[in-house]
Amino acid sequence: MKKNINYSREHIAYLKKQRNKKIIVNVSRVLILVFILGIWELCAQLKVIDPFITSSPSRVCVTIGELYKNGTLFYHIGITLAETLAGFVIAVVLGYSIAVVLWASDTVHKVIEPYIVVLNSLPKIALGPLIIIWIGTGYDAIIFMTVLVSIIVCIMNMLAGFIEVDKTKLLLMQSMGASKATTLRKLIIPASVPALINTLKVAVGLAWIGSIMGEYIVSKAGLGYLIVYGGQVFKLDLVMTATFILCALAGGMYGIVTLVEKKLKK
Amino acid sequence: MLTFENISYTYHTKEGETTAVKDLSFNVAKGEFVSVIGPSGCGKTTILSLAAGLLAPSSGEVKRNGEFAYMLQRDALFPWRTVEQNIFLPLEVKKRNTPEMREKAVALAVKYGLKDFLKKSPSQLSGGMRQRAALIRTLAAEPEILMLDEPFSALDYQTRLEVCDDVQGIIKGEKKTALLITHDISEAIALSDKVVVLSARPAHVVAEHAITFGESSPKKRRECGEFASTFELLRKELGI
Repeated sequence: MKKNINYSREHIAYLKKQRNKKIIVNVSRVLILVFILGIWELCAQLKVIDPFITSSPSRVCVTIGELYKNGTLFYHIGITLAETLAGFVIAVVLGYSIAVVLWASDTVHKVIEPYIVVLNSLPKIALGPLIIIWIGTGYDAIIFMTVLVSIIVCIMNMLAGFIEVDKTKLLLMQSMGASKATTLRKLIIPASVPALINTLKVAVGLAWIGSIMGEYIVSKAGLGYLIVYGGQVFKLDLVMTATFILCALAGGMYGIVTLVEKKLKK
Repeated sequence: MLTFENISYTYHTKEGETTAVKDLSFNVAKGEFVSVIGPSGCGKTTILSLAAGLLAPSSGEVKRNGEFAYMLQRDALFPWRTVEQNIFLPLEVKKRNTPEMREKAVALAVKYGLKDFLKKSPSQLSGGMRQRAALIRTLAAEPEILMLDEPFSALDYQTRLEVCDDVQGIIKGEKKTALLITHDISEAIALSDKVVVLSARPAHVVAEHAITFGESSPKKRRECGEFASTFELLRKELGI
């Protein structure tokens, strides 16, 4: 706060106002969560709603405790997390590379374009039976599904980012006699960092969709498995618990991407 | 240094073909500052691309002695690089990124007042300073011929006058040959040793004028009596 000495009174007031606003936003966020959980718990306790159908925060906590005690909590989390991360990384790396190839060759781009459009609109879950028959029922099938769900958006987003690069800068590179590879390295890749961040954000969400969808179709473990299993045996505490953990994990992963964004934008 | 001999250029689009340049001949001597002016849409940028070898003429021959560098309408500084790294860009692209070349480039930047800005991001520079940095970048790989594609057109009027004098001073100071393409008559008169007037499309040479008054300083030239009469003459030749 020593810095404030040099500021005018109005500026200090302005800073204070900004700080207060931030506090209000953060407190409100937490309050909404507490409020929803509170109402939910209260309704369940007073039997306004049937906790057998809706579960309740306290029952979710108990279920987490049980899963922890019998040692399966981190087993299921670990499996889903590993599948999601593997699918996410493969989709981003492969998608980025394909986008580079499409950027480098206009002809290849034009040839491939309709396939990408069709693959993009195809509901990937329709390929479920094929994936089981072709790849089997192991983790690789789920990772394949994750990649399938997220890769197309990676390709399209990155390609759009590459093509958007300022034409004047391209002309500059051209006038210096830069090769495609040099242009890619010196201009296209650094200039498309915002597109990359955007792609990472979208791909994180899609990777979760892909891995859970994969676990719905084939799985012996994982959070998606817990949800399907819980639904089948009518253990809604288990369904709610797995959903809760998923929310936390997805939020955490998005947080990491935001951190990466801050680092890259520096 | 640079000679256009009966150059014609036709470009093709799906809609048809357009002859942008027809039988165009002019010459830029070593150390000379030549401006090419023409009515808008006469294919000025095409001429520059032909001069730089980015386009091959449909017929005729462009003779070029020595290396060229391009200065564009906008500074095109890369925002993720510092000013210094931007200036090094041509060295990296042309694989001449040696300590000596880097030192020379920095010395040039320091000589023309960019010393305090070298480690800064381009976004922290004013429009005039950015354009100056772009010029130093253009000069970094030590080209013999500079091609300027309306490098002042994106600047506001006041900055434009300033940068115009600035750029001319630096180019003359470094004894470089320059070819400027512009639609701005007063800019052409203020800056050049020779003005080449082009017709509307397909572009060919209408007239050539050597500008000798005012000691080749843009400021002094604008104050000369001949400035207005030359302006009128060129305006008539352009048919505006």
